[in-house]
Amino acid sequence: MRLVQKLQAPRRERCMLEAKQGITTNTEEQICVEERFRKKRRRDRLEKAGYFVVSFGILLVIWELTRAVGLIDPMLFPSIQAVIKACIVGFKNGTLQMHMYASFMRVLTSFAIGIVLAVVFGFLIGWFRIVRLLLDPVINFFRALPPIALIPLMIIFFGIGETSKIVVLSYAAFFPAMVVIYQALTNLDPVYIRAAKTLGATNLEIFRKVILPQLVPHIITACRVSLGVCWATLVAAELIAAQKGIGAMMVDAQNFFQMAPLVLGILIIGAISLVMDGAVKAIERRATSWQEKMA
Amino acid sequence: MQEQFTERKGIVVQNVSMTYSGIAGNVEALREVNLNIDPGEFICLVGPSGCGKTTLLNIVAGFLEPTSGEVFIESRKIHGPGPDRCVVFQQYAVFPWMTVRQNVEFGLHLGVNRRSSSETRAIADRFIDLVGLREFEDAFPKELSGGMKQRVAIARAYAVNPQVLLMDEPFGALDAQTRQFMQESLLQIMEKERKTVLFVTHGVEEATFLSTRVVIMAARPGRIREIIPIDLPYPRGAGTKTSPEFIKIRARIEKVVREEFQKQREQTC
Repeated sequence: MRLVQKLQAPRRERCMLEAKQGITTNTEEQICVEERFRKKRRRDRLEKAGYFVVSFGILLVIWELTRAVGLIDPMLFPSIQAVIKACIVGFKNGTLQMHMYASFMRVLTSFAIGIVLAVVFGFLIGWFRIVRLLLDPVINFFRALPPIALIPLMIIFFGIGETSKIVVLSYAAFFPAMVVIYQALTNLDPVYIRAAKTLGATNLEIFRKVILPQLVPHIITACRVSLGVCWATLVAAELIAAQKGIGAMMVDAQNFFQMAPLVLGILIIGAISLVMDGAVKAIERRATSWQEKMA
Repeated sequence: MQEQFTERKGIVVQNVSMTYSGIAGNVEALREVNLNIDPGEFICLVGPSGCGKTTLLNIVAGFLEPTSGEVFIESRKIHGPGPDRCVVFQQYAVFPWMTVRQNVEFGLHLGVNRRSSSETRAIADRFIDLVGLREFEDAFPKELSGGMKQRVAIARAYAVNPQVLLMDEPFGALDAQTRQFMQESLLQIMEKERKTVLFVTHGVEEATFLSTRVVIMAARPGRIREIIPIDLPYPRGAGTKTSPEFIKIRARIEKVVREEFQKQREQTC
């Protein structure tokens, strides 16, 4: 879709130029072209939404069919109705909201901590050579370390309360984001910095007005990556030790062999990360409309 | 602006030498370059690649510190880049996250040339009109062609009212027709808003067409070989390039440039 817009850009420019020079009065054609873009965009969006519904629809059909045909033992896998029922019951007695709230807050808090630290450290490492040389080897060591590996240690340090989970999750959010940001910083085109300097910008002005705007798309990418990692780690952390949270709910369900809440937990985790990712993507589209994009 | 005109004393490049130390030993990019540019002059630097023309421009711009020698602007010694010598780059360097108007206003929002918001608007209006981008003032650079981007860069440079414009192969990435159009536009802009210009190019025709004097440089070490005044009257237009005087001067410059190119080839091959 964006490719089409790109291809059309020179054409629009020509129309405008011709109109300006009085060769043709192309305003009508311009409006036509713009209108076509808008219609195309709307159609594309509808198409996407349609496929979204269809692909999940197929998933549900397969789910029901495998049970109906007897491919899966009905004892081991709940029906759609049972899961919906579990969902309604959970919402009515408030336990589901409680678990979701607990998980959500954990992710949000640790994500916020992780990203803020990632921006600060990513900047320090990307900007100052000494910091980079000093920290690079250590970073790669810790980056390769799965956050879950820290859980036992953190439980001994901070107990099984919120702190240990927040620490592990912040750690999970921090590393991928920081790497994205510092890579972006080292890859910035120096010509923009030169251009700003030649117009009289001070170092602080260059940072605020030239470097930060260029980092915004990368910071958003970093957010997406670390939100994903955060969710993945969250469930692992909650599975090990927690009273509240989706993971804890699933462990309880497992202990009492309640298949519906267990599957419900899986679905909720998937749905929440989908919604979060969509939200970040929407922000990204707004914040980076100036970028030239391949797809 | 008119008052400042009489105060300008132009650019003085004094005994400037530049040596890069690289892996393959030291490279003498410039040796003892002396050049005086009067206010309002349009100087083109031409020469084979590696003759140090971009190095010289970067030294005047303040991006590079010469190994020895000094550069003065209006009798002030230069230290680092500054808005009195604005650079227009071959890669446009128009900020892609800003609209055309925001790009042109960028310099005016900086501490050194801060203006009131109404003044900023007025200045931006004037230069957006001057480069003919009124219809595109709210467009992002990705929506513009190469020539238009370069016009934004020129307007952005003009907005901070530099005494000197330094142009580093500004039209090098454009196609032949657009380049021709941009050369003519640049001269038209110059008619309205005179600046001292130092312009790096390897197009002899471009140099002859634009400048008041063409400086031909020689390579290894980079130095000034010859300075040729172009006594063609302004305003110059499309017809200028076919006039007999133009063709004569261009041939003369081309001959010197080719000689230098040959010398360089013999040295390296």
